[in-house]
Parts: sequence; structure tokens; C-alpha cells
Amino acid sequence: MALLSKAAVLLGKELRTEFRSRELLTTTVVFILTIVVLFSFTFDPSVSESRRFGPGLLWLAFLFAASLMLQPCFLREQTNDTLGALRLSVSDPFAIFLAKLAANTLFLLFTQVLLLPVFSILYNVPVLAAFPQLVLVMFMGSLGLSVTGTALSAISAQARMRELLLPLLLLPLLTPVLIASTEATAALLIPNPAMRWDWLGFLLGFDVVFLTALWLFGEYLLEE
Amino acid sequence: MKKKILIAAVVVILMSFAAYAALLIAPTESKMGPIQRIFYLHAPAGMVSLLCFFVCFVGNFAYTLKRESKWDCLGVSAAEVGVAFCTVNIITGPIWAHPVWGIWWTWDWRLTLTFVLWLLYISYLLLRTLVEDPDRRALVSAIYGIFAFLDVPLVYGSIRWWRTQHPQPVIMGGSGSGLEPTMAKVFWFWFFNLVILMVFLVRERYRLEAMRGEVQLIEREAEAA
Repeated sequence: MALLSKAAVLLGKELRTEFRSRELLTTTVVFILTIVVLFSFTFDPSVSESRRFGPGLLWLAFLFAASLMLQPCFLREQTNDTLGALRLSVSDPFAIFLAKLAANTLFLLFTQVLLLPVFSILYNVPVLAAFPQLVLVMFMGSLGLSVTGTALSAISAQARMRELLLPLLLLPLLTPVLIASTEATAALLIPNPAMRWDWLGFLLGFDVVFLTALWLFGEYLLEE
Repeated sequence: MKKKILIAAVVVILMSFAAYAALLIAPTESKMGPIQRIFYLHAPAGMVSLLCFFVCFVGNFAYTLKRESKWDCLGVSAAEVGVAFCTVNIITGPIWAHPVWGIWWTWDWRLTLTFVLWLLYISYLLLRTLVEDPDRRALVSAIYGIFAFLDVPLVYGSIRWWRTQHPQPVIMGGSGSGLEPTMAKVFWFWFFNLVILMVFLVRERYRLEAMRGEVQLIEREAEAA
């Protein structure tokens, strides 16, 4: 419980930092929007093709956006060595990870929910029929992206060429999330939407595995 | 030094005999013809690369717990040798597939999984080149290695599951199951040989890495003095 309350305080700090500047959210939203628009030039999809490619396109865009959005997660703590201060302020370093990954999940989910209607209009894919289910899939997918992404952002922050390195480390690792989220989303965008609980369960499994790994090994990444 | 040359000589002799066995002893496969002989290198190389990645995981895991540089050396050696074997597997695959399937590549689950594995461990090796401090490098790459290894069953599960729901491309039946006895003997002989080759390469690479570490240490001491 102490862990959760500390993480909640840190989460408040993450959210405050972001909502003061809103840099991360605006750039991510514009980035995803750009990909969605560029996609229509390269494939010029019809309505049925949009249904087929749409979920994959959406998740690829989210994946790329996440790999950019997660960059500053630990990097901005380095500028004034605020990471050292954070470490001193909480006894359990997992609270820092927990707060950061919760913040990242919220940011990602926010951009996804914001962009879903835009995608729906641009590609003539109705999303309202299964909107709550879609949000659930997006949440589970974003959690998977954030858990691994936050850990790898702590890794890449310690390397050279970190801007290039994070997507390189993260994207192959996220293959299962991409497949599961795309399949689950695709089943919700067809005329008779159905919830794919099996894929959702798979996403849950992924989230649990990497959350446990982060809990076990994460603290080593924050060592001085 | 003498021992090393001796082992290398044994490896060379065994590999030459394995090549002879694959090309001349094993019978020609009735449907595919001589091209099937590449299978004796292709499949065992893939299996050995998986073995290497497991050894790499053991090294990574032991390093995070014990912080002894020997485990880091083991991790990087196994990963490099594993990537080499995996590359052999990925290159020989299409050479075989083109005449038999009529295409160079298909997104079948096995091919996809191997490709993702290859990418994961290439990233692992790349990460190591981008961190300066040796202790940091060992630690962050060990943790990435653990994450990558944990990902393997998940990648396998997702691709397998996803692929079985889609139309299957034309694939020949189970490859390992219906082997003719001589073919099976040649196949396992190849596997056994490649394991020896792997042990030899990992050992040599391990020594090189340990030496590199020592040189770096001496350099740093000299700079400090």
C-alpha cells in the first residue's frame, strides 16, 4: 500500500509536468495524425481495405509514436539530475517505475481515444458500435507498450545515440503486443463487432510477465 | 595455444566429414532433389542458435545477481555466436525455399519467429556498442537480454496463434518427423558437430572478451596514474 501511495504522488508529479507544457501529448497526436494521413497517399484504400488494414495501421502508428514519446521519460530526469533526488525520496525504486509507466499509459490512452474518431471519419470505419471495448483493448495494449517502453527508456537513457536506440530495442520486443492488439481491434471494427477475449487475455499475460520482470530487475537500472 | 589448435583441427575434421556425409552419404530426397541437402546445415544451425540464446540468458541472469564480469563475457559471446548461427539459418532457408516453394520468403510462423529473434539479439549486441562504461554496459545489456529472452515464448505464442488462424502457405509436412534413417543419422551428426563448433566459438569469443576487459582496465589505470 505504501508503494502505491508513493507511486500515486509521483504520478501526480509526472502528470503536472506534462500538463504544464503539454509538449509530449501535442507532438504525439500530430505525429500519429501525420502517419494516418500519409498512409492514405501510399495505399489509397477503399472502405473494405480500410477495415482490413486500419487496425494494423493504427497500432503501427501507436507503436512508433510510443517509441518516440517514451524517450524523454528518463532523459528529462537527467538534465538536473532529478533522478537522484527521486531515488532518495522513495525507498522502493519500483514506485518510480510504477508512476512513470502509469503516466505513459495514460498519455498513450489519451492520444488513442482522441485519434480514434478522427481515424473513423478519415477512413470510413465506424468505431462507435464497440467504443468501450475498443478503449479496453487500447488500454491493455498501451499498458504493454508502457511497461516495456518505460524499462527500455531507462536502459537507452544510459547509452549513446539514445534517440535511435530506443525504437530499435523496443519494436522487436513489442511484436506480441502488436499482433494481439491488432487482432483484437480488427475484430471490433468489422460490421458485427465481437470482443476477442483470448487476445485480451494474451495482452494481460504480456503485461503481467513484464510488470513482474520490471519489479524484479527494474531497481538495478536506477543504480548510480 | 596448442590445445586451441588441436580443438580447431578436430572441429575442421568433423565439419569436413559432416559436409561429406550431407553431400554424399545421405540419400537424395525423392521430391525435392539435391537441394534438400541444405537442410542438414539449415535446421541444426537454427537449433544451435536457440541453445546460444539460452546460454546468453543464463549469463545475463547470473550477471544481474552476482555482478562478476565473467558472466557478462559469457552473455555477449553466446549472443554473438547465436546471431551468427541464426544468420546461417535465415540465409540457407530462402536458398532452399526458392526451388521448393517457388518463393524466397513467406511469413510462416517459424520464419517470422526466427526473424524477430534475430532482430532482438542484434539489438542486444548493438546496445552493448553504445554504452561506454563497462559495468553499466554489462548491467543494462544483461537486463535487456533477460527481457528479450522472456519475450521469446510470447513472440512464439502470438505468432503461432495468429498464423494458425490465417490461410496457411504451402508448406511441406513436418520436417523432423518423417526422416529416413540415414538422413536422420546425418542430421543428428550435423547437430552434434555444430554444438561442438558453437562451444569452440563461444570459448574463443569469451577469452577475447575477457582480454578486452583487462586491456580496458589497464588503460584506465594508466590514464588515472
